[in-house]
Amino acid sequence: MSTTITVFLKEVLDNVRDRRTLISALLLGPIFGPVLFSFVINLSIERSLDSAEKTLELPVIGQEHAPNLMEFVRSKNIDALDGPADLASAMEAVKTGAHDVVLVIPPEFGEQLADMTPALVQIVSDQADRDADRDARRVRGAVREYGQLLSGLRVVARGVNPQALQAISIDEVDVSTPSGRSAMLLGMMSYFFIFAALMGGMYLAIDSTAGERERGSLEPLLSLPVTRSQLIYGKIGATCLFMTLSLALSLTAFYFVLDFMPLQQLGMTPNFDLQVVGAALLLFLPFILVGAALMTLVASFTKSYREAQTWLNVLLIAPTLPILIVSILMLRPRTEFMFIPSLSQHLLLVDMVKNEPINGLHVTISVVSTLVIGILLTWLCARLYRREGLLG
Amino acid sequence: MIRVDGIHKSFGKIHAVRGVSFEAPDGKITGLLGPNGAGKSTTMRVLYTVLKPDEGRATIDGVDVATDGLGARRRIGALPHSAGLYPQLTARENVAYFAKLCGMEKAEIDDRVNEIIQLLEIEGFADRRTKGFSHGQRTKVALARALVHDPRNVILDEPTSGLDVMATRSLRDLILKLKDEGRCVLFSSHIMQEVAALCDDICIIAHGKVAIDDSIDGIRRRTGCDDIEDAFVEAIQMVEPAR
Repeated sequence: MSTTITVFLKEVLDNVRDRRTLISALLLGPIFGPVLFSFVINLSIERSLDSAEKTLELPVIGQEHAPNLMEFVRSKNIDALDGPADLASAMEAVKTGAHDVVLVIPPEFGEQLADMTPALVQIVSDQADRDADRDARRVRGAVREYGQLLSGLRVVARGVNPQALQAISIDEVDVSTPSGRSAMLLGMMSYFFIFAALMGGMYLAIDSTAGERERGSLEPLLSLPVTRSQLIYGKIGATCLFMTLSLALSLTAFYFVLDFMPLQQLGMTPNFDLQVVGAALLLFLPFILVGAALMTLVASFTKSYREAQTWLNVLLIAPTLPILIVSILMLRPRTEFMFIPSLSQHLLLVDMVKNEPINGLHVTISVVSTLVIGILLTWLCARLYRREGLLG
Repeated sequence: MIRVDGIHKSFGKIHAVRGVSFEAPDGKITGLLGPNGAGKSTTMRVLYTVLKPDEGRATIDGVDVATDGLGARRRIGALPHSAGLYPQLTARENVAYFAKLCGMEKAEIDDRVNEIIQLLEIEGFADRRTKGFSHGQRTKVALARALVHDPRNVILDEPTSGLDVMATRSLRDLILKLKDEGRCVLFSSHIMQEVAALCDDICIIAHGKVAIDDSIDGIRRRTGCDDIEDAFVEAIQMVEPAR
């Protein structure tokens, strides 16, 4: 035990003095997430606020055929401009992105209105373009509203209650809470926490295996009267400490960054107080053991520092894969997911951020199974550390 | 006392050591001499237990290196070929780390580290980080590290390679001092003159086999060469290369 502590303390001292480790563990990992996150959030807030308030400039073909409609859309904050020459060039312009949406009013519009045949207008847009689609929706809504206004007037003229036209009234009840709406966006946070934790320990994991071998300090170390398990446990322990530090910093950084973000404007109030910060740290601790052992394991198979670096960069992505798959398939948390490290932590964190009741069984399974996997990987590391090929 | 009895070691198809046997008694300096790639380092690596022999037996003070590696390592101080240091630690910290790992008491470590630093003339750079040390400085620190726990058996793999005349000379004095203290010193080199000047017994290895194991005079007599370099070349040719 004292040997393991000696190794642990030496690795900590060694890496505290190593600028590269410090930068990646205490700066890059923890800061990268919050910075990127606040950038993305602020951008999306800006865009969504922008489009609702901004005057939409709408190219229209044949404005002169529908002066009243033009008047009406102007009241909806949409300015009609002269559009392209004809429908074909309008379609071309939308396709190339010159215009997001074009309204086409055929010359027969007035005639059809007077004849009480449905008057045809055309809205040209690219529905695959999400941004343009938002503008097209505004135009569609305005035109539809004008149509309803006209039909209302028509039935009133015939002495019919305009409500007769509305056979059904729909009232949509949205049960998503502001915290709940935050969850999708804030689900991204798990990536950053996992990333920060792994970055924090990456250089230690490389250094204690491939690095030590490359430097030629491994052979003298192995000729000492200590067992290799004692050595590797001390090294994994030091890796865990740096990972924990990096994760704690990342959580704290998020705690402060969220305060400065205008999330309420997006209808979100994420539940990320100090209590959640503490709980998240505890929740991720078993994952740290898995990460440390996994990185040490991979690094011990590589021939050089550089090769180890390459492989560990690949490994940085691995824990985010289950999260990504579940997010894309939009699967609800299930008990069996709790057996998967990284995914279980992600799902539980999302629940906490949504301010939903936490399932005690899920927490237990997550902690125990992740811990068991971590211990197994550590044991495997120790076994592989004993093989002769370690010296390369 | 180190005893090696018919050890073999292969790496894939390469049969690096093919039945090497010799004895390195206490109070004597035994030289392991051979050209590059003869199997010297592999033999020594078996002795400090980072490799296991495929066949044969090696013991340190009677402890089998294959079955009781930890026990064997307790009895040796080893300086592997091209031993690296921890660049972020000072020379003193490097030495103290190994002392701690060898299980020395805290109180004892400081005194012993100071002593070995003086002995190896490291004082001038003992408290500098070892990053950027010259080869000679690194070798001295690595040697201090190998000797800090006062081992009865000392295994040095080409300790003089890359050292200047002054450093080589002080190392030679140190090795003689270790011998006078009654320790068993096993020391490898590919330079005949160096081994001849220092060793009581010389074991010449070529192509993974022992060519001659004798005193310097014995080697001269058996090869019929008066010049030690000629004797070395002659001895190497006694061994058939592996197929």
